[in-house]
Amino acid sequence: MYILVCGGGKVGFYLAQELLNAKHEVLVIERDPGRAGQIADELSSNILQGDSCEATTLDAAGVARADLICAVTGDDEDNLVICEIARQRGVPRTIARINNPKNEELFKKRGIETTVSATQVVLAQIEQELPTHDVIPLLQLHSGLEIIEIRIPETSPAAGRSVRDVLLPAESMISLIVDPGGVPRMPSGDTRLNAGDALVVVTRKDSLPMLREVLIGSTHGMDT
Amino acid sequence: MNVLIMGCGRVGARVAAMLDAAGHQVTIMDTNPASFRRLPDSFRGRREVGNGMDGPALEKAGILEADAFMAVTQGDNRNYFASQMAREVYGVKRVLCRIYDPIREKIFSELGLETFSPTSIGAQIMFDMLLGQQEEK
Repeated sequence: MYILVCGGGKVGFYLAQELLNAKHEVLVIERDPGRAGQIADELSSNILQGDSCEATTLDAAGVARADLICAVTGDDEDNLVICEIARQRGVPRTIARINNPKNEELFKKRGIETTVSATQVVLAQIEQELPTHDVIPLLQLHSGLEIIEIRIPETSPAAGRSVRDVLLPAESMISLIVDPGGVPRMPSGDTRLNAGDALVVVTRKDSLPMLREVLIGSTHGMDT
Repeated sequence: MNVLIMGCGRVGARVAAMLDAAGHQVTIMDTNPASFRRLPDSFRGRREVGNGMDGPALEKAGILEADAFMAVTQGDNRNYFASQMAREVYGVKRVLCRIYDPIREKIFSELGLETFSPTSIGAQIMFDMLLGQQEEK
């Protein structure tokens, strides 16, 4: 594959190195001449010095025959513009780095589905590490679905009831129950939910408040 | 009309003052409060310190009530980003966006934004001025 990496910072540099190792054809575009020179020394000249937000730079990089473009600069507005121009030039796949997680919505609305946010990843990791959280995000799926873990507290309205009797929000599914002893089980309709069980649930992000109400009860704890 | 302007440079300050004088409700935002010195003393609109690419800052500046949004900072990409936020996330009806780079301006206008490039417009005016002068001689 021919892959354009826009932004030669640490993310762009190591990404390009990995892609070259995987035998892809890679070109890094870096605006800063000093940094571009450094990369030229280390990546045996798979580098173009220029502003990847300018269509002329992307054209010089052969954007029209690129299979994939990775916009990984430190500025979300630049990454959005790079993806928009690349798409207009016919690049079939774009991946954008997002620095401010709040900007993900705009990228999605602009049809740039594949976004990577280090901030979001670290945040999710912190939430996993914090035992006070009753809802732990495990994985975000790109279809808008999310896999989360919920621990059933003593006060849960669902404790002591069977899976069938718990009214979950639409498009939500309890896919695994891990009991306090650490034994995992695939639930059926008859499986009883007990306090202390950890449930792995597939759900939609906007269903979280309702899911919390049904499985945890009063909204104690911090928002995720 | 309720107009939110991002960027209090020469153009932003001037169009803000013009709209205000014409009786419209104007809010102008800039990351640097010193920029508001460019507004005339007679300006009755709101001055908001904040980054127009930041959702909460836009909301504080009243984007939810705005009928129109204008992006006139020095950065083409910032203007594009904020304009798409105004349009796609906040549903503002009229969004005007300044893009210096004529090539980017053309691409962004094809993507449905109301854009203008002072570079193209300025070059055209100078071209016409020069040729006009030649013809008079």
